[in-house]
Amino acid sequence: MFGKGILKGLSVTWKRFWDTYLEDISWMLRGKKRYYTEEGIKHRSSADTKGIFTIQYPEEQLILPEEARYLPFLVYNVDAEGKKEVLCTSCGICAKVCPPQCIWIVRSNDPVTGRPVPEPTEFYIDGDICMNCGFCAEYCPFDAIKMDHDFAIASYGRNVLNMEKLLKPSSYYEGIRPQNFAREEEARKAKEAAKAAKAEAAASAAPTA
Amino acid sequence: MAAPLTLTVNLVARFPNSVSADARPGYSGFIVTKESLTEVATAIRDEFGYDLLTAVIAVDYINENKMEVVYHAYKTTGGPGLVFKVQVERVDPIEVPSLVEIWAGADFQEREAWDLHGIKFIGHPDLRRILMWEGFDGHPLRKDWKEAFYEEDTKPFKSRWPDGQFYMAESKNPFKDNINFPKDFDPDTLIVDKEEDLYSSLERHSTKDDDGLKTDHIVVNMGPHHPSTHGVLRVALTLDGETIVGLKPVMGYLHRNHDKIGERNTYLQIIPYTDRLDYFNSMSNNFGYAITVEKLMKIAVAERAEYIRVIMAELTRIQNHLVFAGTLLNDLGAMYTPSIYAFEERELILDIFEEVSGARMMCNYFRFGGVVRDIPDHVMQKIKDLVFERLPAKTDEMERFLNENEILVARLKGVHVLSAEDAVRYSVTGPVLRAAGVPYDIRRADPYSVYDRFDFDVAVRYNCDMLDNYLIRFDEIRQSIRILEQAIKQIPQGPINSQKPAYQVRVPAGEAYGRVESPKGELGFYIISNGKPNPWRYHVRPASFVNMTALEKMCLGTKIADFIALLGMLDIVMGELDR
Ligand code: SF4
Ligand code: SF4
Repeated sequence: MFGKGILKGLSVTWKRFWDTYLEDISWMLRGKKRYYTEEGIKHRSSADTKGIFTIQYPEEQLILPEEARYLPFLVYNVDAEGKKEVLCTSCGICAKVCPPQCIWIVRSNDPVTGRPVPEPTEFYIDGDICMNCGFCAEYCPFDAIKMDHDFAIASYGRNVLNMEKLLKPSSYYEGIRPQNFAREEEARKAKEAAKAAKAEAAASAAPTA
Repeated sequence: MAAPLTLTVNLVARFPNSVSADARPGYSGFIVTKESLTEVATAIRDEFGYDLLTAVIAVDYINENKMEVVYHAYKTTGGPGLVFKVQVERVDPIEVPSLVEIWAGADFQEREAWDLHGIKFIGHPDLRRILMWEGFDGHPLRKDWKEAFYEEDTKPFKSRWPDGQFYMAESKNPFKDNINFPKDFDPDTLIVDKEEDLYSSLERHSTKDDDGLKTDHIVVNMGPHHPSTHGVLRVALTLDGETIVGLKPVMGYLHRNHDKIGERNTYLQIIPYTDRLDYFNSMSNNFGYAITVEKLMKIAVAERAEYIRVIMAELTRIQNHLVFAGTLLNDLGAMYTPSIYAFEERELILDIFEEVSGARMMCNYFRFGGVVRDIPDHVMQKIKDLVFERLPAKTDEMERFLNENEILVARLKGVHVLSAEDAVRYSVTGPVLRAAGVPYDIRRADPYSVYDRFDFDVAVRYNCDMLDNYLIRFDEIRQSIRILEQAIKQIPQGPINSQKPAYQVRVPAGEAYGRVESPKGELGFYIISNGKPNPWRYHVRPASFVNMTALEKMCLGTKIADFIALLGMLDIVMGELDR
């Protein structure tokens, strides 16, 4: 029959149209909110989603997975006296691995001895050239540079990020990437414990020698 | 391993005077003298049966004062390829006989080699620049050509560390700093002059009207700003009434010389750049590049990573084909609804990519020897939900939605795309070739990764019309789901990379050509290493670009209204086409 295919197709659109309302009603009957809630957004981006699919940005926002990456930032710890301890040792690996070469680092020298000191004097990332690849975070041996979740970075000018703009506390990092943070902390503790054990062994071995 | 396989064909015995085996360490294939190239190529096609010429690649060996053109020919019945090369002295004019007469698919690739390397192909019917604009000075892929903003030959640049000086790229004025203009450069005359080349190349198609009526052909420029050209593609058409009598695609609007960027980069740094080729399918791009470098490095890939790779590549294929169907219908006038339905599944697949790799489109997920991150359990569960439940149901729904729709069928059925002979002659690969009745799928014909372990059919259809071209994508989605089901069931536990993470890899000297069946066709990477941290030659053989060679053949004699649909069939993406 001519027109059967069209009718079949229209039945799909028709079903999709009603799906939205049926979903809404079923959520309502269960006393839950399908829109503007985390649960609703999660459901709409799961494999069970039916009916309307869109997320009403900016009122609603997709929940970013932990690995999501935008621009990099530098991590610092706050020590007992409240002093910033920048983790970066200006080893330069991130600047070497960066594909568009948008990282510039100025290494500092000790004013007295003239020898290089770990903390960089300046650290620039040209955010407009950065291709958000994540290599810098992946290959940094000191977990000092990490990828941010903040994607609302549109601006009228160039986004050249200096140390001041790049530095964020490790608590922020823990907040956006809890699993990664926990894994790295664990590895660090294990390493420290191994180091301490080694030092102890060396200390106890020393007198006998 | 792969290297000596091509030598199973004894080309040297057949042509003892003009062919010799390529004996450089790490290289394979044959070197053919320039004078006998056409004769040998004809024999390769007709006597040895290598009917599909997939890649024509120019290489600049500036240190040896040589230019080389590398040809890769394959059999559509499957098996490894045959590599033959011709070497010429690097003194202008550099001339090599054209193979367009033997393999029409060499057309655009030879133009590319002329454009970027300055190799003149004698006998080429329309040797104009293709990616750079007419009037551009120099040949950018030559090793002595320096781009604007040139800093150093290879990355990492020394200025960045330890006393990095900060400057913005635009503060180096491009009009003072190493940009070359031809002598007597004048933009006004330039445009008028050189466009004439294009239009005169169209003229050879003009037909004489024999009914005595004086009719003019009109030239219509579609694009570069046209919603249906999938980006910035321009096509100059000559029309006789409504019939297309001449057609020339004009490309390069998105050209950034990906090859040159690659040659400046280290091996690792290229991976995120490959994401940006076919930006719909960054996972397949990563795949092709990774297997090529792994071939050169002679390393094995971690077992679990092989499966992860296959899972990602097949998910990519599914979303690509769904989007193909959606955008094709957009082009045909079924605005938005089908493409929104297609995008739903695509978004769910991209969610998975984002969770494993950190980005939805620019995944940067593959590393040499494996992948960067394992699939977490909850994501694996998501993939299972999609593959075992949602995707099969949604594919059914999509088929119910459109595939019997009388308007669509009337529009697509019987409109000829390409015959099998033409498709092979024009080096067309991917779904368009298979819809012409040639069951050629690299996953089966020349298996890579672990594809030989899965049970799947190569989708093929025989009517060569637009409807078959459309429906074959759904067949392929179903086969991809089959592969995914098996891969998810079989995936072993274990490490996800056979190598230690390293930001500098050691790649022994030699050449390698790796290819994968990307959703759009054969995606090949050709890399020459000289043992340094950066590749000497890095070339992408993009499916979209080579498939475009056949566009003229497809469209001549059809009505202008079908043009958009025919272009849609090729499923091009400009990021890959223009590179
Ligand atoms: S951020 Fe990491 S890789 Fe970069 S210089 Fe600092 S310590 Fe080295
Ligand atoms: S994310 Fe990639 S491009 Fe951006 S700064 Fe890091 S390494 Fe460079």
